[in-house]
Amino acid sequence: MKAVAVVGGSLAGLSAARALRKQGFDGSVTIVSDETRPPYDRPPLSKSFLAGATTEGEIALLGDGEDLGAAWRTGVTATRLDPRGRRVELSDGTALAVDGLVIATGARPRRPWPRMPAGVDVLRTLDDALGLRARLVPGARLVVVGAGFIGAEVASTAHGLGVEVTVIEAAPTPLSGPLGIDIGAVVSALHADHGVRLLSGVGVAGLVGAAQIEGVELTDGRTVAADAVLLGVGVQPNVEWLTGSGLPLTGGVQCDSYGATGIPNVVAVGDCATWYDRELGAYHRIEHWTAARERGAIAVSSLLSGGTVRVEGRPPYFWSDQYGCTLQVAGHTSGAESATVEEGSVQDRDFLAVYRRGGEPVAVVALGHSRSFMRWRKQLARRAVSVPPSALSR
Amino acid sequence: MIRVCPLADLARGEAKRLDLDPAVAIFHTEDGEVLAIDDTCTHQDASLADGWLEGCEVECPLHSSKFDLRTGQVDAPPAKRPVRTHQVTITDGDIYLTIASEQPNAPAGVDVEAGP
Repeated sequence: MKAVAVVGGSLAGLSAARALRKQGFDGSVTIVSDETRPPYDRPPLSKSFLAGATTEGEIALLGDGEDLGAAWRTGVTATRLDPRGRRVELSDGTALAVDGLVIATGARPRRPWPRMPAGVDVLRTLDDALGLRARLVPGARLVVVGAGFIGAEVASTAHGLGVEVTVIEAAPTPLSGPLGIDIGAVVSALHADHGVRLLSGVGVAGLVGAAQIEGVELTDGRTVAADAVLLGVGVQPNVEWLTGSGLPLTGGVQCDSYGATGIPNVVAVGDCATWYDRELGAYHRIEHWTAARERGAIAVSSLLSGGTVRVEGRPPYFWSDQYGCTLQVAGHTSGAESATVEEGSVQDRDFLAVYRRGGEPVAVVALGHSRSFMRWRKQLARRAVSVPPSALSR
Repeated sequence: MIRVCPLADLARGEAKRLDLDPAVAIFHTEDGEVLAIDDTCTHQDASLADGWLEGCEVECPLHSSKFDLRTGQVDAPPAKRPVRTHQVTITDGDIYLTIASEQPNAPAGVDVEAGP
């Protein structure tokens, strides 16, 4: 292999490019990024960067003087992959001839309405954060649609800036999808603890306002006045450019448990990729930072070895900082049969809960308790590697 | 030089937090090395003694930046600045620590004094 293209220049792509060099690849590396800015870390965009407490330089992903020996093609997107994976066409009319490809094109926020008045934002990029930050002035009324991690973190940050925040969540409790209903109740209590209004179990019927946003109309007939709206209603993977490549794209670029796609020498990683999860027995797309960060090296091992080297990943892990608390989650809460609080108490917003299936721990969730959390996380990892791949389907 | 504890009290793969100002984390790696760094992550107030120890790197328990226990260097954000490393000696089966003289890189919002 002499020339590898990494399509996508954020955390997953950058981690893959670093792994290429770390694993001894000395051919050419070209990184394609639709951004014109140097790569940056996204988690602070909903927190310290949004609050204006962190600068762009402080969230740069590249180290000072770090040199990957890569050619950067910035401000362009990939538009087509030929079915043999040897040629990547770009939006500026040029093409890259490659013999290895890392797909790391990420995901984009869902926009439920094709046309939206000014003052309605999504949050994905640094520019999105700058736009939203300008609206978060003391006394402004912000409506956050969707109480997932982005929504909850923006609500927390905006509240800290003196903004009057209302969070609207269609599910009965926030995060009831990813975390299970009991923990979701804790997270909704965090909003209430801090005087942020949470309207749950109600959907958004539409946006009010022609040129400028004026409010959000709810499915129960109410209207909530708004000077700004943040939509945090999920993302969709950026995989349309791969249509016609022959890669299965349902739910993201489908990969085996090590990032390999159905085309030799093509791997995928990060938010755009859905890896086969043996624990779940299904493809599972992870949208969290840790997966983007860690799986680049796994996918690159698959790429450089032609699939003969299989590096086992750790169970999924993510965190969310809200209202001065750090929520940590490891493993798969979906599919668990029980959740028990092992330390602290949910009422005190200070607890560690273990999710089990068939008596075996499959996930751990903690607010505070980071020391015990790490012990449980390691235990989950030990259990994951103790399950021999041959004993599982696929 | 500070006497920490008998080496036998710190199993391989384990870490110990010393309540100094600033706090210090001592690690006994799986390979048998004993290494010491500042305990507080340079990004946010988290105890690295609670982190994920692998080889001679420890991963911050909160946000996953990894610090090299030999050099103190960090591999990737969110932490950007290194932690100090401290000299460890083993004498007659006991661990002794000599605190580095340079200024620590404390995270924003955490006040620490320089070493003793």
